[in-house]
Amino acid sequence: MNAVPTPDTRPPVLHIQALSKYFGGLKAVSNLDLVIRERELVGLIGPNGAGKTTVFNMITGIYVPSSGSIGFRGTELSEMAPHAITHLGIARTFQNIRLFPNLTVLDNVRIAFHAHAGYGLTDAIVRNARFSSHERLLTERAQEFLGVFNLQDRQGEIARNLPYGEQRRLEIARALAAEPKLLLLDEPAAGMNPAEVATLMEMIHFVRERFNLTILLIEHQMRVVMGICEWMSVMDFGEVIARGTPQEIQANQAVIEAYLGRGAAALAQKLKRKRTNAA
Amino acid sequence: MSRRGMMARKLDRNSLLFFGGALLLFAVVQVLISVGVLTDYYSTILRIGAVMAIVSLGLNLIYGFNGQFSLGQWGFYAIGAYAAADLTYRWKLHDASGVAVLLMVVLFVGLALWGLGKLLSKVRGLDILSAFGLYLVAVFAAAYLGVRVGAVLTGPLTAALSALPEALASQIVFVVAVILGGVVAGEVAYLFGLPVLTLGSDYFGIATLGFTIIVKVLLDNSDTMFGFEEMKGARGMIGIPHQTTWAWVFVFLLLVVVITRNLLHSSEGRAMISVREDEIAAKAMGIDVARYKNLAFVVGSVFAGVAGALYAHINGFLHPNNFNFLRSFDPMIIIVFGGLGSVTGTVTAAFAWAILLEGVLRLFLPDGFETWRFVVYPLLLLIMMLLRPSGLLGGVELPFLKQLMPPLKPAAKGPQGAEGGQV
Repeated sequence: MNAVPTPDTRPPVLHIQALSKYFGGLKAVSNLDLVIRERELVGLIGPNGAGKTTVFNMITGIYVPSSGSIGFRGTELSEMAPHAITHLGIARTFQNIRLFPNLTVLDNVRIAFHAHAGYGLTDAIVRNARFSSHERLLTERAQEFLGVFNLQDRQGEIARNLPYGEQRRLEIARALAAEPKLLLLDEPAAGMNPAEVATLMEMIHFVRERFNLTILLIEHQMRVVMGICEWMSVMDFGEVIARGTPQEIQANQAVIEAYLGRGAAALAQKLKRKRTNAA
Repeated sequence: MSRRGMMARKLDRNSLLFFGGALLLFAVVQVLISVGVLTDYYSTILRIGAVMAIVSLGLNLIYGFNGQFSLGQWGFYAIGAYAAADLTYRWKLHDASGVAVLLMVVLFVGLALWGLGKLLSKVRGLDILSAFGLYLVAVFAAAYLGVRVGAVLTGPLTAALSALPEALASQIVFVVAVILGGVVAGEVAYLFGLPVLTLGSDYFGIATLGFTIIVKVLLDNSDTMFGFEEMKGARGMIGIPHQTTWAWVFVFLLLVVVITRNLLHSSEGRAMISVREDEIAAKAMGIDVARYKNLAFVVGSVFAGVAGALYAHINGFLHPNNFNFLRSFDPMIIIVFGGLGSVTGTVTAAFAWAILLEGVLRLFLPDGFETWRFVVYPLLLLIMMLLRPSGLLGGVELPFLKQLMPPLKPAAKGPQGAEGGQV
């Protein structure tokens, strides 16, 4: 196994130690360690069912871990409520897009600003000056976010009527509106063709620069993350089986076995050897 | 003129049209009542329509906007009705004890709920039933204290109100009673909602149905179990002053509509609606789902309490059978007919319900119609679901009640990738 090629000078944003989650007798995640430092773009990959989304659900508070700890910039997350975790600065997208389907594109983003609305229930009911000014500010900022993702003309559209690609973009815009320090993307490229994936990768790079983000990305198609991640962890059956740079991962025997199965991996090895012998 | 200026002007025009139209409607009906064209029978139907609109708007907030299927609305309606009726009944006998005691109880219980909420928000990992137990103890202690303090204040308050002209004093007591009826219902809803709102949707519906049944049974025994002899238990409470005029129901309906609209078109309202749309996504966006379920439930129940209080003073007669759980379906039918999540639809359907089903049909159909009600309603509901499942006015709102889209902003610089756009 290769060492993580990160300079240890940057402070860790996310520090996961010995994290496990059991559903009854099923080990979904066992003894996971993961350290992500500021401004890193990290991939968490593995075959379907490896436990990647379970890790996300534990970081965001949807599942309570069976054991282990999740530190986020010095705060322990493992017993916090999901909304409180979001307020600390973690936002996510979902594998199967979860927008607010019957609301407008604008409202989808405005809801994510809720924690920073700046007015309360009574202000809203009596519609005082505080409400009006903050609401206008909030709306303008939401429009700005839509502009960044080229969705500004769609603000009045009902979210479920958007084409798939735009729904994906809207979901990322909404996540960013929650003003995260750490962005978790759960299979953002699911259901996209190679050209669309390329566009998406550019967008991820762009938002990282523009919003100064640390990003953790889940993906099960390996080629998607090869291009953009600085390093990655590979999971299989709830455990980390490898980590390293994309090049190291590509050559890693355990990873190939996890993806192809032991027999197929051996076959691939044999073919490779035969080819070199022939040459 | 700037775009924003134009938007503000447009908003003003919509408000003007809305309030102007409302005033006109009010004036026309008021004149017709005053000159006697609309008999007492029809005026009662209109007032009932307005009351049903208020209770249904409350349910629409809970079910239509927050997505919690509740059959408890009728229970809160009953609580508001009996609470308010008791106050005005006592004042008719020149006794302000009802007002003083309930005011104090509501105040102390409110403070207890608020204070305990603040306190418990600092405690992590407290399970919901333990928290509920603490709340229950705090509420009973606060209510006891309220009764004691209220008893002391009764004398001075009676003297103060008696010093006022009689007509004015009785109107003040009436308005205070209606508002307190709403607040009592809201506080009960808060307490009841704490454990019950954590249940999934179907279970929540069953629990709230249970609540309505319990309230009815308690009212059946209000005289023997709780010592409210004036409520007369299952024999029905009589002698409540007839103070709910067309003007009063109209004022309260308008207030409820405006509050609903202001609430919905704010960050708080959007948070409430996001819970209906997708609970998990709402949590991930930083929405405290439990808080917003409770908020919708409490506000909706306050509306139910206010509506009940107004209802009590229309006929001057309350009977526990009026609060049978079967009647819980009336507001449910109204919001489904009007269109879930439509304020305009709810108000329209409430009046249509009162005028057509309770009024006109009863005049023209033979006497036995009463028993056919529960055949006609479900049939209509069935036809509705088949032909127009979104309700008569689903998705339709008056301009005043509609959310306006802000003007577009000039595009900010996006990533090259997003420019490609067609992903």
